Amino acid sequence: MSPAKRAAEVSGLYVRFVGDAEVLEHIVERREGAKVPKGSVQKLLALKEDQGPQECEGSVGEQDYLDALGTGATAGEEDGGGGGGGSSGPGGSAVFTFQTAKRSHKMAQMASEMARAPGRTVTFCSPGSPEAAGSPSRGSRGAAGETRTPPKVRPTGGRGRDVRSPAGESWASRLNSFLPQGRKVRFVSSTPHRLRKRLAAPNLRSESDSDLSPSHSEDEEDDDEEEREEKEELREAELTTPSKVAAAALYRTPAKKPKKGLEPSLVEEYFTAHASSKVTTSDRTLQKLQTPKLDQETLARLLDGKPSSYADEINQLNKEHEKFFSKWMLQLQLGFNVLLYGLGSKKPLLERFRTSRLLGVTHLVVNGFFPSITLKSILNSITVEVLEHQGSFRSPVEQMDFIMKSLRQDPSLQVYLVIHNIDGPMLRSEKTQQALGQLASLTNVHVLASIDHINAPLVWDQAKLSLFNWLWYETTTYLPYAEETSYENSLLVQQSGALALSSLTHVLRSLTPNARGIFRLLAEFQLESRDNPSYSGLSFQEFYQRCREAFLVNSDVTLRTQLTEFRDHKLIRTKKGADSVEYLLIPVDPATLTDFLEKEDAQ
Amino acid sequence: INQFYLSHKCVHCSSASGHFVFFIIYATRSLIIQIHQFILQEDLNKKMLDGLLEFVKKSAASFWCRDDDWMSRMRASEIPTAALVLGVNMPDHTITFESMTELLHDSLTPFVASVQAKECTAMKQLMQKVLQRLMGTNVMVDEDEAEADLGFHTRDCPQKRVNCSLSALCDWYQSATKKSPVKSPRKRLSSSQSEFLQSPPVVVIFRDLEAFSPQVLQDFILVCSQYVHQLPLVFIFGIATSPSTIQRMLPHSVSSLLCIELFQSLSCTQHLATIIDKLFLTSKFHFKFSAKVLQVLVGIFLYHDFSVCNFIKGLQLSLLEHFHSQPLSVLCCHKQEALVHAQQLNDRDGCVMKSQTSLLHHPQGVCQKLLKSLHKYHKNFYPALRCLHVLTSILPKYPLGKQIRELYVLCLEKKVWETQEYDSAMQLIRMLAKDELVTCLQKCVEILTFCKSKKLKKVGQQLQDITYTLYASTIKCINHLHHPYSSFNYSFQTLLEMKECRRTRRKTPYEILRNAVVDYIDNLVKTHLYPPESQPLYEVWYYSSSGTVRRHLNATPRTSIQTALSHPYCYLQNEALKNDSGIISSAAPDICIIYKLHLECGRLINLYDWLEAYATVATAAEGKDPSAIEGGKVDELKHARFIRAVSELEFLGFVKSTKQKTDHVARLTWGGC
Repeated sequence: MSPAKRAAEVSGLYVRFVGDAEVLEHIVERREGAKVPKGSVQKLLALKEDQGPQECEGSVGEQDYLDALGTGATAGEEDGGGGGGGSSGPGGSAVFTFQTAKRSHKMAQMASEMARAPGRTVTFCSPGSPEAAGSPSRGSRGAAGETRTPPKVRPTGGRGRDVRSPAGESWASRLNSFLPQGRKVRFVSSTPHRLRKRLAAPNLRSESDSDLSPSHSEDEEDDDEEEREEKEELREAELTTPSKVAAAALYRTPAKKPKKGLEPSLVEEYFTAHASSKVTTSDRTLQKLQTPKLDQETLARLLDGKPSSYADEINQLNKEHEKFFSKWMLQLQLGFNVLLYGLGSKKPLLERFRTSRLLGVTHLVVNGFFPSITLKSILNSITVEVLEHQGSFRSPVEQMDFIMKSLRQDPSLQVYLVIHNIDGPMLRSEKTQQALGQLASLTNVHVLASIDHINAPLVWDQAKLSLFNWLWYETTTYLPYAEETSYENSLLVQQSGALALSSLTHVLRSLTPNARGIFRLLAEFQLESRDNPSYSGLSFQEFYQRCREAFLVNSDVTLRTQLTEFRDHKLIRTKKGADSVEYLLIPVDPATLTDFLEKEDAQ
Repeated sequence: INQFYLSHKCVHCSSASGHFVFFIIYATRSLIIQIHQFILQEDLNKKMLDGLLEFVKKSAASFWCRDDDWMSRMRASEIPTAALVLGVNMPDHTITFESMTELLHDSLTPFVASVQAKECTAMKQLMQKVLQRLMGTNVMVDEDEAEADLGFHTRDCPQKRVNCSLSALCDWYQSATKKSPVKSPRKRLSSSQSEFLQSPPVVVIFRDLEAFSPQVLQDFILVCSQYVHQLPLVFIFGIATSPSTIQRMLPHSVSSLLCIELFQSLSCTQHLATIIDKLFLTSKFHFKFSAKVLQVLVGIFLYHDFSVCNFIKGLQLSLLEHFHSQPLSVLCCHKQEALVHAQQLNDRDGCVMKSQTSLLHHPQGVCQKLLKSLHKYHKNFYPALRCLHVLTSILPKYPLGKQIRELYVLCLEKKVWETQEYDSAMQLIRMLAKDELVTCLQKCVEILTFCKSKKLKKVGQQLQDITYTLYASTIKCINHLHHPYSSFNYSFQTLLEMKECRRTRRKTPYEILRNAVVDYIDNLVKTHLYPPESQPLYEVWYYSSSGTVRRHLNATPRTSIQTALSHPYCYLQNEALKNDSGIISSAAPDICIIYKLHLECGRLINLYDWLEAYATVATAAEGKDPSAIEGGKVDELKHARFIRAVSELEFLGFVKSTKQKTDHVARLTWGGC
């Protein structure tokens, strides 16, 4: 059940059946439910049952359904197989936790919190005691809140939030768990002062945006001083208010009613967060790092050879999946197609399947994550490699028809398609999926595919699903997506630009000196205006003027022919501006362009 | 096909020779299912298809035998149209349309064109497709001659759009119908050609009417109506929702050009009910679902797709799983065969038998006897179930379910007579009016006398006697004329109250007889409707792993990924990761930590802050002092690990890069989800 739907449904309930006491009951119910390892659906059911007689005919049916799925879930647990089973594991609510408040600097807070955490936990629980380690309980969290809060602003709101927080644990206690308990850590602040101020702020939601503007490094010394003061204050608070702390921890039913149901406000929060275009995060950039960007090779070098911390477990998990191989083979041959999902790269698993089972038979491996894969290339490899057809086709439709026809005519030819990431960015289009589905629906084509994107199932509608005839297998491998992510232009990875540079020089070398001059002119102009953020390219007229002045062209027709050639080699891009004037741009970053010009000069 | 299966099995499942046998059975069984399914499909749609065929024939005939009277002239300007209401699951329609096209082809006309909305987004394309299919069909039927005769069409059509007009089609149609009797091609000589009408109708099938753009459809109909005197056109609309779609899509001026006749196919729930009835509520078919599996599959059907095909897929999957995982499934076949297998099993590996829980209390070597009793049990079970359903399905509020599958699930789950619903049902039966009771009993008698079991036949006989007595009894009970039950408005409570006050009165002879009947039925239920789990060797017939079925058919990939990210212990059983409240320790895999940190953020995430937070956690995990990181000094390896984890999250679709702010990524999920 999608969380949005769930939230909506719950909110619907609140709107219809009021009564604050009831609302509170539900929340308490929910929280308790969160600890029970059952599907979230069942909890929803519990909510429904509370409504009792008001249930209408429709919801009875729904209940049946929930029952059916619920029993399924429990049955799954009984079965125990399949590596722990996705939804049969922890509760849905634990997976889809609702956060109470979203703000910037949360992570920084988290970091600072973590640094503080040991000291605080030490004072409250005996270090290394099993309870403390096992359950960063609500008690300790509430206590933390208390101590952190100066007495004068000790909020009822904070407590209210505590009770209303349905997800059970709050961020603060989660932070604690990141660190081994009881270790002493000296705290040296690298976090802005404001943050800590905000920690003390009673109501998380009442913060104004102005508070969130980053302030860094101006008051470092000040910081330390305040830090010390605050620490003392903390200690005092701890000493003086132990009983209060305990009381607060146990304080579950506030006399003050929660003003509104929690879920509606969550929904509102979503919209408020997405309504304003204002972004409230700190302005720090990666430039502050001493090594701002790593390039792909360094990255690979660093990560290679580093063993995973849970290699044994991961290995065992993968061994479990390998037991399915013969079953997959059987099911593929019986007309099903197998789809793998779950966290972790499934490429090695599929590779092992391929090498152990498919060596003797015709098979085709498609790397769906590859950024330049197209349907045409897939179809081409089928017609050329598999069917050994040497003709060309006018359209993919025609090619599909040909493939379908020839495969139908020859039922003895069994083709196995192994598609890594059938949800890959290039394969997501409706047409591609339709074509793949048509292939998969053939009796002698067997598809074994994997998906990774969380929204991947949205690619298929009912019609395509029936074409694919999937059997879903959960294969969580925890293996790094090394190959799959290497193609992505991550923000963090330095693009070396080596490829672009070499292609530039390569193409340019084959051109006439005049053409090279023209390109150079454009490149230089672009470099000159690199600091201008609104630079959208050189207009054609101006470019023509400049070229004429440099005696490179004698008419605008010559220039146009030249530009067409550039465009064909993807050296330049043209863009129509708002005034319908053509602007010319070299789609290469300035560094590469500088390199290129230097190289040209050197020649 | 069989050969192929066998060779495969030899290679891959060499664990036990027994597997070989399972597989043969499985293969035959799945064939049986397909055949069953096929027959069902045919049967179910037969009525509709026959009607349709009749309609097309009639309209074609009226095209030629055109009388001069006013009626036929009026009708002659309309295009005969059949609207088929098929239900919402579109993929299931494919079979229907295929069999329909085939039927039309075989018995009426070679000119059938079937178009789908997604290939016809504009008028031109629609026209082109229709023409291609119509002419192409002919070309396919007798290739050489037609190619030669109609060459200019087939060649010119795709290239020159100008030719893509209905007038071209008319010319082609005339030449085709004129020539075909003369031609009398070899292939068709024996077949239906001779049976075709003088000029067969041209049928255009719109498979998914709702998806067509109204404008295109309107234009097409308008154009076609101009040619209705030259071409015997017939339209068939496939409608998924309701017939009012036609009114919604077409304005009156256009829809008045059509002469629409409505055909309703069997609803998919009825279809499912028939399948369950034919496949599961019979002792002939030995593979059964446990209550939970049936519930899961019916749940998927009712709440997800309404797809009978998917239900069959689930059935096939469970069959496969059953034969794959249950060693005793070798006994899941016909009685005689099963007895032979049982003998072999006894000789070879008794331990397999012993391992089954249902056999714990039975001595070894009684397998054959138990098998026989299992067969017998099922022979009695289904007639008894049907009898009970006949009686309970007319009760108000259906305490035991309206559909027989609901009652079936109930009986599979537990002893039905121990449930509260059963009690109330029995109480309600005790209040049935005479005529209702008699009709029910007659149905029951019919069921019981036609079943094979002798025991039940005897029961049927006795019930029949009672029915006769009921007939014979001329004494009218006073209540019965305006019996409380005849009105459904009474709540159950009031019924009970009424019964309470009647109890004080002396019973009429009818009431006494009625009580006897109820006791009889009660007895029948208690002797025969034991849940199958109570039978030894029930594993042979029953597949009970509902979790497997659900996981493979109704998977939740996103939940799985998020569970793996937020609760790594579910997958990696390492004590370091274990804790109760779903909190990740700092020792968790990188991607889990990164994920957890990103949950704390809003719409945008500052990469620098993220990196710093990660570095803090990672340093702490190594047992070092996290405060050592300062002023952007991040260990290269940690930096690399961070980059990888972030790009993995990006790959999974949790974040994406954005240009809104430097070194920020946008979060794509909201809340913890």
